[in-house]
Amino acid sequence: MDVILFLTFAVIAVVCAINVVVQTHPISSALSLVGVMGSLAVLYLLLGAEFIAAAQVIVYAGAVMVLFVFVIMLLNAGAETSKGRSYLIPGAPLLIVFLGLVAFFVQRIFPSSTMVRFGGFTGGGPRDIGNALFTTYLLPFEVTSLLILIAIVGAIVLARKEIE
Amino acid sequence: MELFDSFILISLVKAAVIFGVLMTTLAYLQWVERKVIAHIQVRPGPYRVGPHGLLQPLADVIKLITKEDLVPPYVNKPLYLAAPFLAVTMALLSISVIPFGPVIHIGPVTTAMQMTDLNIGVLFILAVSSMGVYGIALAGWASNNKYSLIGGLRSSAQMISYELPMSLAIAAPLLISNTLSLRELVERQAGSILNWNILSGPFPQVISFIIFIIAAFAETNRVPFDLPEAENELVAGFHTEYSSMKFASFFMAEYANMITVSAMATLLFLGGWMAPWPAEYGSSLVPSILFGIAGLVLLYHGANATRKRDKLTFPAFGIIFLGIAGIFLLPVVQSWLLPLFWFCAKTGAILFAFMWIRGTLPRFRYDQLMGFTWKFLFPVAMLNLLVTSFLVAWTTK
Repeated sequence: MDVILFLTFAVIAVVCAINVVVQTHPISSALSLVGVMGSLAVLYLLLGAEFIAAAQVIVYAGAVMVLFVFVIMLLNAGAETSKGRSYLIPGAPLLIVFLGLVAFFVQRIFPSSTMVRFGGFTGGGPRDIGNALFTTYLLPFEVTSLLILIAIVGAIVLARKEIE
Repeated sequence: MELFDSFILISLVKAAVIFGVLMTTLAYLQWVERKVIAHIQVRPGPYRVGPHGLLQPLADVIKLITKEDLVPPYVNKPLYLAAPFLAVTMALLSISVIPFGPVIHIGPVTTAMQMTDLNIGVLFILAVSSMGVYGIALAGWASNNKYSLIGGLRSSAQMISYELPMSLAIAAPLLISNTLSLRELVERQAGSILNWNILSGPFPQVISFIIFIIAAFAETNRVPFDLPEAENELVAGFHTEYSSMKFASFFMAEYANMITVSAMATLLFLGGWMAPWPAEYGSSLVPSILFGIAGLVLLYHGANATRKRDKLTFPAFGIIFLGIAGIFLLPVVQSWLLPLFWFCAKTGAILFAFMWIRGTLPRFRYDQLMGFTWKFLFPVAMLNLLVTSFLVAWTTK
């Protein structure tokens, strides 16, 4: 059951990811990206990381991508037309070779005993995540939030109109 | 294997029952809303189809199904067709985690009055409702119509903005209850009205309840936040180009979302299916007394009816109400009927507030709408969360 679900959503994720690049219209690309986020959330759920799955949907699919779609609609962006020659013919075999190499090295470096088992992972609930974030990883967590705060302030400064 | 089968069977039965009840409620909520607004505006409302227009929803459904299903030639067809489907799916999906009663025993079967209890139930509802924006935004864009586009844009901007104070308002009672499962959330508010999150805890959650309700109005695009479908500016907003069942899907989605947020407010702040005071002080008699009074009033009016048909309909409904009052007294069904009554009563009260406000308030201006959430609701929600978390940390050892 787990394997069937994993394969289904892995295939959906990959197809959507390819679709992001192939589609000429920005809205279609953005929606394909939503599909990728959604299937990733299901994969997280399969691994037992419920909180990450929910956060993935709320933050990425629900907030970030809505903003993307919003901006695309606001700018009324049309379909792109391809310029120049296509790199598909030399690119596709290279991509397959690259993916094969990655798969080969991952298989080699990590022994099969450390492989992920579906349902074998516990501690993905909100309580465990909170515990980890506020004890073990307190410093990185706070530093990250400070970094994001600085980014927000910077964005506001850049976006603000100069008052003469 | 037997366990697995019975699980699937029970789930299917529950899904069918919940779906059937929900669809009927959606249809009749529309009738109730028209009646409530009509009475606020001193007119009778739907009156012709059936007694007091009671068969109006049925007529509406037949009308909507048999209407011509028009697809304008200039739309983006796949997205135009997917948008209403997406909106209604996301709206109905969140109902699946809403609990409306305790764990009950019917014969050999023991089951919870809920489709499924997730330990991240609150987050699930937030996630699904944030996905619901796509339905409206895409409908506006795919229609290839200026009015639709502006409606869709307004709606998505509004929903993103009001999601923040809403999430912060939800976080505060969660801190007090210390759980994300909706079932546990309600079980921690057992006892009496003083244990409900709106009144209990180190910091009563009155402020976050009000913020949640305001944000809920905006999230469901209801008056006074119904700018996405402001009819004097935008024809009908994002669903201008939709007809027949596709239009009905948006309608259903809006009403299903209303039910979801009302149920959420009930679960988070008003103690879910818990009675306001313990049964030993007579809270279990309340439904019988209410239905009994309603039945007697109807019988009295039926006896002194001024119009001919009221002589028949009033006593008939009076006897039905007295029968319901009697059913609530049976000890066999009390264990699951009473919680259901309290849950429906609380959710219904909030739904009534939705209609009441629609009949009373005018619409916001768009800059007021945005200024209100970012400059007022968001800071207040943040402050409320801060005070709550300090007090919770201070009182728990």
